[in-house]
Amino acid sequence: MSSNGKNEKYVGRPVKRTEDPRLIQGLGHYVDDIRLAGELYVAFLRSPYAHARINSINTDAARNASGVVAIFTGSDIEGRVGNVPTAAALEGLKVPKYPVLALGKVFFVGQPVAAVVATSRYAARDAVDHIEVDFEPLDVVVDAEAAAQGGPVIHHDFGDNIAYVHRAGIGDVDAAFASADKIVAQKMHHQRLAPISLEPRGVLASFLPGEQQLTLWTSTQIPHLLRTQVAIMIGLPENKVRVIAPEVGGGFGSKLNVYAEEALLSFISMQLHKPVKWIETRRENMSATIHGRAQSGVAELALKNDGTILGLRYTVTADLGAYHQLLTPAIPTLTGLMLSGCYKIPAISMVCTGVFTNKMATDAYRGAGRPEATYVVERLMDIAAQELGIDPVELRRKNFPTPDEFPFATATGLFYDSGNYQAALDRALAMVDYDKLREIQKSDTAAGRLVGIGVSTYVEICALGPSAAMPAGGWESATVRIEPTGKVTVMTGASPHGQGQETSFAQITADMLGVDLNDVYVIHGDTGIVQYGIGTFGSRATAVGGTAVVYATEKLISKATKIAAHLLTTDEENVTFENGVFSGAPDDKQVTIQQVALAAHLASNLPPDTEPGLSATYFFEPKNFTFPFGAHICIVEVDRDTGDIRIKRYVAVDDCGKVINPLLVEGQVHGGIAQGLGQALFEEVVYDENGQLITGTLMDYAVPKAHQLPRYELDRTETPTDVNPLGVKGVGEAGTIGSTPAIVNAVIDALRPFGVKHIDMPLRPEKIWRVISNQ
Amino acid sequence: MIPSNFEYHAPTSIEAALDLINQYGDDCKILSGGHSLIPVLKLRLAAPAAVIDIGRIPGLSSISLDRDRLRIGALATHASIAASDMLGQLCPLLATTAHQIGDPQVRNRGTLGGSLVHADPAADWPAAILALDASITVRGSAGERHIAANDFFVDMLTSAVQQGEIVTEISVAVPAQPRASSYIKVAQSASGFAVVGVAVQLEIDNGVCVGARIGVTGFAPKPYRASSTENALKGNPITEDLISSAAALADSEAADAMNDIHASGEYRRHLTRVIAARALRAAARV
Ligand SMILES: Cc1cc2nc3c(=O)[nH]c(=O)nc-3n(C[C@H](O)[C@H](O)[C@H](O)COP(=O)(O)OP(=O)(O)OC[C@H]3O[C@@H](n4cnc5c(N)ncnc54)[C@H](O)[C@@H]3O)c2cc1C
Repeated sequence: MSSNGKNEKYVGRPVKRTEDPRLIQGLGHYVDDIRLAGELYVAFLRSPYAHARINSINTDAARNASGVVAIFTGSDIEGRVGNVPTAAALEGLKVPKYPVLALGKVFFVGQPVAAVVATSRYAARDAVDHIEVDFEPLDVVVDAEAAAQGGPVIHHDFGDNIAYVHRAGIGDVDAAFASADKIVAQKMHHQRLAPISLEPRGVLASFLPGEQQLTLWTSTQIPHLLRTQVAIMIGLPENKVRVIAPEVGGGFGSKLNVYAEEALLSFISMQLHKPVKWIETRRENMSATIHGRAQSGVAELALKNDGTILGLRYTVTADLGAYHQLLTPAIPTLTGLMLSGCYKIPAISMVCTGVFTNKMATDAYRGAGRPEATYVVERLMDIAAQELGIDPVELRRKNFPTPDEFPFATATGLFYDSGNYQAALDRALAMVDYDKLREIQKSDTAAGRLVGIGVSTYVEICALGPSAAMPAGGWESATVRIEPTGKVTVMTGASPHGQGQETSFAQITADMLGVDLNDVYVIHGDTGIVQYGIGTFGSRATAVGGTAVVYATEKLISKATKIAAHLLTTDEENVTFENGVFSGAPDDKQVTIQQVALAAHLASNLPPDTEPGLSATYFFEPKNFTFPFGAHICIVEVDRDTGDIRIKRYVAVDDCGKVINPLLVEGQVHGGIAQGLGQALFEEVVYDENGQLITGTLMDYAVPKAHQLPRYELDRTETPTDVNPLGVKGVGEAGTIGSTPAIVNAVIDALRPFGVKHIDMPLRPEKIWRVISNQ
Repeated sequence: MIPSNFEYHAPTSIEAALDLINQYGDDCKILSGGHSLIPVLKLRLAAPAAVIDIGRIPGLSSISLDRDRLRIGALATHASIAASDMLGQLCPLLATTAHQIGDPQVRNRGTLGGSLVHADPAADWPAAILALDASITVRGSAGERHIAANDFFVDMLTSAVQQGEIVTEISVAVPAQPRASSYIKVAQSASGFAVVGVAVQLEIDNGVCVGARIGVTGFAPKPYRASSTENALKGNPITEDLISSAAALADSEAADAMNDIHASGEYRRHLTRVIAARALRAAARV
């Protein structure tokens, strides 16, 4: 640790999450647990059509239904609530107006059309059935690739369905391909996924007419950014809006957004002068919370016969959905950034066409654009290895940059901070005994068994990020304060919602201040208390927010040292600080940090010109992203008769830099692999040709369950970064990014006897059976 | 996910329950474990005026042996059937099937009677109930009647139980060779229900198959007995060849296959044959 370097009582240790006792006892407070006197409930009438004109809405019967207080439709609020915003700024981007309640037309199944406010959830929901809407169905656009070619246009003013064309990459790709010995190409589909946080969204808005103040409790990852946007949308001064993210039951990117419901409930509370609540149902969550992935494209790799990579090309269509949510158009640009994977690729080009379809918007879902890049690169590596007759491990090794080549410049414009890709791969190979494994595979194959070994080596971009590269600031803030009683309060602008930073930030602060972990209390997620912050996403909270905590604590220690010197009647230079104690007095006297804090508050004996109190705030601006990496190896056996896939072993070696708390890192890797495996094998949001959502419940959308997951064998290498003083990189998305291609590579490897090059995800047993039985 | 309004009644005798059912006519639903009915209500696929909870009626969840027949109360939960030592010994097919239903919460709430009446084409119980040739006892205001398993499943989500009737008991004859049985299912990855499930109860005398009953669920809109397979087996020495050729007939009784995003009809048909062979091998231990 930069400041004292001496005390590592907590950092690096598997400290149990201080969040857990309340959560596992059901004592946490989520939005729905917060009850205000006189609160009213909102239920939505949502579009049953993917594309339709609204000829009329008749709310008379619903208004008269029992318990109904008010009903709002698009025309009732037109011009009074701003549109749902997008922060993505891309050249030539077409941005359709996205009203919080549909106006004139609906563009996807689940779009809010009318809001009923009633005295109970039941009354509100019942009344929805009494609203009569005359919908006139219009032509539906479901397939993004077809929609890019022509056909019915969703947003008429734009003339076509193409929202933007984004080009990325550096180097002469055409020359690279022209000079290649070998070119491999594969069309790949990254299916649409639903983030499925355990707690769906929920909003409680309470406006006080006297104070003209709005408090908005909402299940969000970005309370401050949301405050700014909602204030603008509803026309309240920003400092009269307080956003509170109470306990948030997961987000995975889906709550890194500004949703129609958040602004609309705020507006309704202002109209009615009553608290209003809406808790998303799972069906709403499936249809009207953002989806992820949804790219389809052709990826090509140019190589020399010896396996040296010369260039990579990716021509892709991104299915954006009907509207832009906060970051919708920006997600595929992250794919473009990460197309070098962990390899030296001199020339890279991506052309991405973002296309409107009559579906819910896609946006950030765990990994957000990077899993797509890793999947493309790692699938291409396996295909190339097979076609060149080189072992897939060797091909990877051959193209890694060596540890002394860092910082490593990619042909996508990035500088990878640090890395040792060989070490992580070697560790994973040793854990599975790779060479022996290949031998066993040979005898298994000879015996008619379909065993496959899949390797994926990945690098990802974390610690988002330098502000110049972010749509709304990439720094993070922290305040550290010692109260008169010596208790330490940390306020972070990050907004943890499951990651466990109440624990890890307390570990960092407790070590630096030499205090007991239990004396540190971490506050987050309340804009009325915490200084402005950016929030939690992009594996940034520890690398950027934790660094802000470090610097704020350093600032605080420096002030405390000044006061301590005064109390010890010596000069500041003589004072040392260790284990919470200041020493260096001529008479060997010592003062504790707690005594200094009390003195700072009593303020009767401070050095001249010293501000009373003991508090410091720091806004940290990172100078680069961080680039964690790792190697995942998956061993599968395919059932020849049914196509069923059984994972026999799963080994992951991840390198996320220095580790503050190994338990938290393991938890992130476990959950990450589960979601990556979900994409590889089970999950898929399916809309039919009419834009109806087929996977509208968890009986049809297959979230992986415990019994469907393998035992994880995990290890780590630790390559620190100099991007931040903690040396940490980020681990929130690593598991998701590394696992998907490892699993798919393993299954394709198992199917090698059938000459299979690629199968699109999810790898449903039926698809495998069709390949095996040649159907 | 919010049901519409309904009256809730919890009668404590069958007579009181039947009175209530008659009073509401078509406009009421019986509630047992609620693990099929509550989702139906929450999704507003049904909006009955009243829900009649029969869970407080005593004596409907017992498991007992009555001479050569096992009698299982309609309210016996999947979990209690899975845990019953008596069933484990005398009729392991029931316990094996119960084990494979849903997750612990579902097994702790869901009941045998509720599952059968719901007649979900992907439910697990129907396969075992057919393979055991069970008899289902039903009480109505006109008295009691018994429905044979073969006549019980009428169509997708439709059983032979009439509105106004309550299933009280399911009984099966203790199989001659309890262990010559098996239930194997391919679970749908999201719901855990059966894409295809095959239950087998055999009787083997000196290596010759003298009795075979096979129930198939998941494949067709209603569960069925794989009679062609049964007939191919009966009277013949149980060999690997016989099992293969007989199992290849396991889909012959069903003309229409279920077809959804999880599995096409063609794949289900293939699975039915594969799983039938595996279930036969497991039951015959060859
Ligand atoms: C998440 C989940 C997973 C599941 N997975 C599986 C699975 O893998 N395999 C499987 O087979 N099932 C599965 N189920 C269904 C479960 O087994 C249900 O419990 C069962 O289908 C219905 O039983 P119940 O007691 O809950 O009935 P209820 O839901 O209470 O009733 C179902 C229907 O039967 C009627 N009814 C109930 N009892 C009687 C009676 N005694 N007489 C007359 N009518 C009656 C009701 O009116 C209703 O129409 C799952 C359910 C859930 C929620």
